Amino acid sequence: MVERQTLFARIVPHVVLIIGVCIVAFPVYLALLASTYDAATVQNGRMTLLPGNQMIENYERIIFSGTNSTTREPVGTMLLNSFIMAMVIALGKISISLISAYAIVFFRFPFRMAAFWLIFVTLMLPVEVRIYPTYKIVADLQLLDTYTGLTLPLIASATATLLFRQFFMTVPEELVEASKIDGAGPYKFFKDTLLPLSVTTMAALFVIQFIYGWNQYLWPLLITTRDNMQTIVIGIKKMIVTSDALTEWQLAMATAVLALLPPVVVVVLMQKLFVKGLVETEK
Amino acid sequence: MERRALFGGKTLPYMLLLPQFAIVVVFFYFPAGQAVWQSLLMEDAFGISTEFVWFENYQLLAVNPEYYKTMTTTAVFSFLVAFLSLSCGLLLAVMADKQIKGATIYKTMLIWPYAVAPAVAGVLWLFMFQPSLGMLAKMLRSWGIDWNPLLNGNHAMILVVLAATWKQISYNFLFFLAGLAAIPKSVIEAAAIDGAKPMRRFWTIIFPLLSPTAFFLLVINIVYVFFDTFGIIDSVTGGGPAGNTITMVYKVYQDGKSGANLGSSAAQSVVLMVIVIALTAVQFKFIERKVQY
Repeated sequence: MVERQTLFARIVPHVVLIIGVCIVAFPVYLALLASTYDAATVQNGRMTLLPGNQMIENYERIIFSGTNSTTREPVGTMLLNSFIMAMVIALGKISISLISAYAIVFFRFPFRMAAFWLIFVTLMLPVEVRIYPTYKIVADLQLLDTYTGLTLPLIASATATLLFRQFFMTVPEELVEASKIDGAGPYKFFKDTLLPLSVTTMAALFVIQFIYGWNQYLWPLLITTRDNMQTIVIGIKKMIVTSDALTEWQLAMATAVLALLPPVVVVVLMQKLFVKGLVETEK
Repeated sequence: MERRALFGGKTLPYMLLLPQFAIVVVFFYFPAGQAVWQSLLMEDAFGISTEFVWFENYQLLAVNPEYYKTMTTTAVFSFLVAFLSLSCGLLLAVMADKQIKGATIYKTMLIWPYAVAPAVAGVLWLFMFQPSLGMLAKMLRSWGIDWNPLLNGNHAMILVVLAATWKQISYNFLFFLAGLAAIPKSVIEAAAIDGAKPMRRFWTIIFPLLSPTAFFLLVINIVYVFFDTFGIIDSVTGGGPAGNTITMVYKVYQDGKSGANLGSSAAQSVVLMVIVIALTAVQFKFIERKVQY
């Protein structure tokens, strides 16, 4: 900047940002702390801002055997369910949207625009506006308490299709022509030319969709009834019993930490891809 | 934009579209149609017979004070979360946009809450403000505030607003940061040379140039509060106390869950559908997400 900054003007941004970072981190820090104490200390609100000594016991118990009173399913199973759900949704969305966008951009066929709009309009039909009819279909198809029921209905993606379509339109026509001259058919062009070009877009989408899949709440809440099909986000809610003193908060907080860790690690480690994915899927 | 170099093939494009279509038709269009159809039906008290009642479910909704209450709750909730998370996001973005040391570290430390599931965010905040053992609840009580979100509707509302805001700040921060980066530095420098102080530069140059970003974010935040906060409500309050935190989506869930009021639940779904369509239209019309073919 052209003007000289006073010491005060230089310090203010740091102060504001540090306060911001602390406020943002505080709830998670407290959960982390609670997960290192024994039940009585947390229950009586005698926790301090320094960690306790029950960390290993708490995590071991929650991962391998679960809580006593509320849900008896080990969190290890829930983590596995969440992981399967997130992976299948992310990879499924990417695959089917990739080929749909390929068909729409690189082929001429009757009803091409109708096809595009049919996918586009699903943006306006989030699961929240069709809760029970969708549930009923999944029930009629005998898909309750299955991984298929948990993932398949969420795999369609207008956003991903739009994003791939946008990206494919920037691929120069010369590339298609060159491939054709080389005798490449639609399959070879897709595999050898288009797929390698789309790697970054696919990776960015993967980060966003993995988080989306991992954090699903309403859908698994409806579809899973058996404890061993629960995802961790559902499991943690069931550990909190609002009216009772039954809640084992130190274990619930350990579960919360385990539930938020995988998607947060993904965001922090793949920050560039995450930002790219977020900005592009919304534009 | 028309492409010249294309592939032929009569069946291949349809085969490529088939998986997406199958899912969209079975799990999106068919249930959405069902919701509309069910909203025109009414079951008797014992669930034995169903009658076609035209718009009676909607008429009943229109005179239902409970439904108006959920609408007010949703509006207040949306306004508070949007206002708080937009202001905090903007403040942090403006601070992080200055050429300061460690800007990237600050950025990393501020964006991760986006990845926390709403239900988990709710549980974290509930733990801090749980009346008997929460650390911050005890602090409030020591100040003489009779804090109890399990009994007091306003306190419950404050709690869900805080949890929802906490999760959304990172998103707004990121988009404001992108918006700020797009403002040419020369414009701001010119104003500085003319003697405009930082505050004045912010309100007369930066803020107006950010307004498209802010408007876009406002729409996104409203959509977020309407639909994605379901997990927060369910994990923190379960709609209580005394129905004070029931949002429109939560009511659709509750009314349908008991099974007694499927017609009304479906009618409410249709109302929500109309709201989503309106919000999406606004988003595309004013923010120029380019989708014209």
